[in-house]
Amino acid sequence: MIAGGKAPSWLAQRSAVWRRLGESLPTWRRGRLSRPDALQALEGYRGLARDVASARKALPGSPITTALETLYAALHAIVNRQPRHTLASLRHLYAVEIPATVQELKPHLLGVWLLFALSTAAGWWLIHTWPTLVGLVASPAMVQHVEHGELWTDGILNVTPSAVLSMRIFTNNIAVTIFACVAGIFYGLGTFYVIANNGLMLGGAFAFTREYGLDGELLKFIFAHGTVELSMICLGGAAGVALGESLIRPKMPSRRDSLQHCTAKIARLFAALIPLLVVCGLIEGFVSPDTAIGWPVRLVIGVANLALMFAVLSGRFFRSAAAA
Amino acid sequence: MSPDSLVVTSPTGVDVELAIAGPGSRAYAFVIDWHIRLLAALAWFGIAAFVESGVVYLRANTPAAITAIIVLPALAIYFLYHPLVEIAMRGRTPGKRMAGVRIVNRQGGTPSTLALLIRNGFRLIDSLPAFYGLGLCVTLFSAQRLRVGDLAAGTLLVHDGDAEARALTQLGSLGVNPHLDAGIVALGNELLLRWPELEPARRRELARDLLRRIATGSSREPVNLEALDDRGLQLRLRSALSDRPA
Repeated sequence: MIAGGKAPSWLAQRSAVWRRLGESLPTWRRGRLSRPDALQALEGYRGLARDVASARKALPGSPITTALETLYAALHAIVNRQPRHTLASLRHLYAVEIPATVQELKPHLLGVWLLFALSTAAGWWLIHTWPTLVGLVASPAMVQHVEHGELWTDGILNVTPSAVLSMRIFTNNIAVTIFACVAGIFYGLGTFYVIANNGLMLGGAFAFTREYGLDGELLKFIFAHGTVELSMICLGGAAGVALGESLIRPKMPSRRDSLQHCTAKIARLFAALIPLLVVCGLIEGFVSPDTAIGWPVRLVIGVANLALMFAVLSGRFFRSAAAA
Repeated sequence: MSPDSLVVTSPTGVDVELAIAGPGSRAYAFVIDWHIRLLAALAWFGIAAFVESGVVYLRANTPAAITAIIVLPALAIYFLYHPLVEIAMRGRTPGKRMAGVRIVNRQGGTPSTLALLIRNGFRLIDSLPAFYGLGLCVTLFSAQRLRVGDLAAGTLLVHDGDAEARALTQLGSLGVNPHLDAGIVALGNELLLRWPELEPARRRELARDLLRRIATGSSREPVNLEALDDRGLQLRLRSALSDRPA
């Protein structure tokens, strides 16, 4: 429908302004706006809002109105863009947001640790009672290694260099941790499955190696990297449980809002989880399989790794760095 | 408000309406991107294998070196394509650009880096059990055609296409003669914009009809419209709409 009457004279007067705005759009969209550019964009946006309103009334459905609406939508996206303060945001993230989220997730974390401990015990009991079920928790190659009186990790450095091994390990661990978290979207059940499965495998592996007197070796292998690695997977799991809870007991008017709010909060955790998992991967690639490294060194590295984890998750490290 | 559009309230009081992309556009964009990342990964794989095979000498010619130099970077290209490209291109990818869609947040603006990372993290769920089965089902049945990653990140996929470029071209070529009837101005501009798509005989007929209506009540000298060819009619109409001499 086209409204009657003369074409408004402002259309002719304003067309030069629209052309200028249109020309500036690609530059404004690409990078950071200077102060004069930002003011010009804001002024143009306000003026364009008036033009769109008038055009909708005078020329509804016309190409002029459609073109103005498109330009208005593009300017809306630019004017409402979030400012970027990368360094300050990062400092705030590590010093304030991550520690606060970890504090908030403490009850979930406790629950996930409990589930992990129980499933580890269940895995141990299962394989200790029925050793033939070891195929559920270990691959045939792993079983063969243990039956020959050695861990599957022995001599691995002869096949794969530490750097490649580390990369493979931390990539896998990051994927597992992300999956433990996002699987919480199934009302938390997916997370329970991932955590319980990991616990069963760990317990089963210990029970099986015990049969051959290798459980001490397995603990020696795991200690330096495993404490932090498993903590990170459990923390990812706790985030997944929180995700499930946000759907079961939404704290906002809609489940969608609740899910979105919760995801935005817990996703920040991964800024700490991923670097810590990379450190664990490096330890697991360079230290853990090296049979020349004895218990004392592993103990020191394991404890130092734990201390690093607590420093990062509590924000102390970054608060003191900011103060300095 | 249409269920297939996102209406964003602006502080100016004038709403912004964005058309939401459906599963078809999503799938189209995904298929293009999938081909791009697969080809990029394969290209790396091919070039690195060519180098590794001895044409260019490498010291570490072992299975581990092959993994480190050939396989891992190719996998990184394949799996990190979406998060990295979406962040770099502010919610667009080459595939999305070709399909005419882009990612926006619920305020109609460019999504934050965090939102894009969340959206991509949830691909692990959307891709279950295989070939994005779950994501496609959720997209088909959710109100705003969202997949799980969009629900969690607060993002939407909206139509973008060449609408903006077309709009800018249009604004540059619009004729707005304040002495003419608003309906004539709108029709005339629409005819000029659709000129290349219309049959020549039909567009000439429409142009002559419009020019006759403009000439009624105009002080300009009458022109023999039947004598004007296609190009002449187009120029004449543009001049009449913008109140400038042809």
